[in-house]
Amino acid sequence: MQQDLVHAIKSNPKYHELISKRSRLAWILAIIMLVIYYGFVMIIAFNKQFLAQPLWEGATTTIGIPIGVGVILSAFVLTGIYVIRANSEFDRLTNEIKEEVL
Amino acid sequence: MKLWKNVAACILLSLVAGAALAAGDVGEVKKQSLNITAIVMFLIFVAATMGITYWAAQRTKTAKDFYAAGGGITGFQNGMAIAGDYMSAASFLGISGLVFINGYDGLIYSVGWLVGWPIIMFLIAEQLRNLGKYTYADVVSYRFQRVPMRTMAATGSLVVVVLYLIGQMVGAGKLIQVLFGLDYTYAVIIVGILIILYVTLGGMLATTWVQIIKACLLLGGATIIAFGALYLASDGSFSLERMFQRAVEIKKSNDIMGPGKLVTNPVEAISLGLALMFGTAGLPHVLMRFFTVPNATEARKSVFYATGFIGYFYILTFLIGFGAIVLLTGHPEFADPSAVGGIRGGQNMAAVNLAAAVGGNLLLGFISAVAFATILAVVSGLTLAGASAISHDLYANVWAHGNVNEQKEVQVSKMATLALGVIAILLGIVFEKQNVAYLVGLTFSVAASANFPILIVSVFWSKMTTRGALLGGWLGLLSSTLFVVLGPTVWVDVLKNSAPIFPFKNPALFSMTIAFVGIWLGSITDNSENAKKERASFEAQDVRCQTGIGAEGAASH
Repeated sequence: MQQDLVHAIKSNPKYHELISKRSRLAWILAIIMLVIYYGFVMIIAFNKQFLAQPLWEGATTTIGIPIGVGVILSAFVLTGIYVIRANSEFDRLTNEIKEEVL
Repeated sequence: MKLWKNVAACILLSLVAGAALAAGDVGEVKKQSLNITAIVMFLIFVAATMGITYWAAQRTKTAKDFYAAGGGITGFQNGMAIAGDYMSAASFLGISGLVFINGYDGLIYSVGWLVGWPIIMFLIAEQLRNLGKYTYADVVSYRFQRVPMRTMAATGSLVVVVLYLIGQMVGAGKLIQVLFGLDYTYAVIIVGILIILYVTLGGMLATTWVQIIKACLLLGGATIIAFGALYLASDGSFSLERMFQRAVEIKKSNDIMGPGKLVTNPVEAISLGLALMFGTAGLPHVLMRFFTVPNATEARKSVFYATGFIGYFYILTFLIGFGAIVLLTGHPEFADPSAVGGIRGGQNMAAVNLAAAVGGNLLLGFISAVAFATILAVVSGLTLAGASAISHDLYANVWAHGNVNEQKEVQVSKMATLALGVIAILLGIVFEKQNVAYLVGLTFSVAASANFPILIVSVFWSKMTTRGALLGGWLGLLSSTLFVVLGPTVWVDVLKNSAPIFPFKNPALFSMTIAFVGIWLGSITDNSENAKKERASFEAQDVRCQTGIGAEGAASH
């Protein structure tokens, strides 16, 4: 890429808006996912019994079942949140930057 | 609009498959007709995919067509194809088999494999699309020295591809042995020949569509088995609680309802978690799919759809595993005391045997054909990724320094495909006795330690240099491979030594740390002229990465 084009893009305030908004969202969501997942892994590593408790009095179903399925659903929901914002707001900003500098 | 057309096509395809199932009902008599049903359904699949391959061959002319389907795949289609790559026979048969034997432990694998996707979405998908062309090596060599970086990335790709191939080929051989009564060796050879045809003739376009069709069929088939099994195992109430009760009664212990012996200590648990989560982001055949979509918007959509399909699929495999405990255990027609898990064909055949328990020989025939199709589709994708590493990275960029015409490059790719097909057949024969799910786990350790660190650091850390990348990348690759070989899985189980030299089954925690430290140390101590240039060019890379300006364009036709 041409150096002057790089500078034109980098001096565009919308570029900074895009970068800060997107990396903020991406890292927040990534950290939420990591916390959820490693929380789950830590429970398996240090307190297996917690997941093996019955879900209610006398149940065979354990707490681990909804927690496991919940981790799967959280992955889907988090990617959904990102895609909705990225494909509307971030793409709009990107297109505006392109129109202004190209 | 386009999305709904795709959804409709997918439903239609499942309906056609269902109709084929119903139509075959008349011929169902005894055991022999079972083989015929399965073989006929499989032949229909082969005929259809050969038709697609012929169609794709007409449209595959340039290198971009061959490697990236011309960049004209939509987000939804790509999401299906990615899900298809992920829903391999090893994960379908392997995870349902793990749940069948260990219960809840199987879910730990599923969850780990799925949570890699959001991370890919947030940190890698669009960067990859914006920087790369055909392979992930394009991304990691973007601002670094081409020859050594490509060599390393291609080696990492090939190691992962070969390890993954072993798991797939073993699954294929076992499956066909149980199902068609065909000898293991012949089965593996048939798979090898078919994938060579798909890939050499139809390139990425054929590989993608074979994968999409198979994903539809597999999701449809697994849905029928899972809910059919839930219905039967819960005495017609569709109650999960009832199914779990019966499973616990049969196993005479409720160990299957919580985490058990699969993950034995904290280090293993964390290490396995790392490998599963970040390994996904280092699988060359999956990363390659991001170059088949026209832009970052579609790349993101494809991750979203893929995450949904894969998550749903894993929930199904969990139901299938528990259904198998209830409906197969103690039924003499499925029993084989000499096999692992006490069922015909061993634990990995739990899903296949369950299909027979739920829907008779007909569903068994259907799901067997689908499982075989799955292996073909996944092995095709892997072979294409391996062939691209050889032709695009090693041949065109390392050996010929980029001075090579497209036709020649594609030709080399086809020869590489042929060679990989033969290697896959040989590996399938050598590794016949291993558990396929563990093999996939090992692949992920290597992918997470060798490919992922370089990829993520090259995109996010401006100070990385070629020297750092090489040091970290090679150390990650060597340490993960070495730890696997010296660990309990290979050193003890395969090589029959009494005690492992490296104590853990899952080395990712250590090998990933080694890789990242290697990158960091090699980079900060690098004060060469080259290093300065590479650091300076981060800015331009980052702008392209963030905006897609200058990225490889959309479909050329």
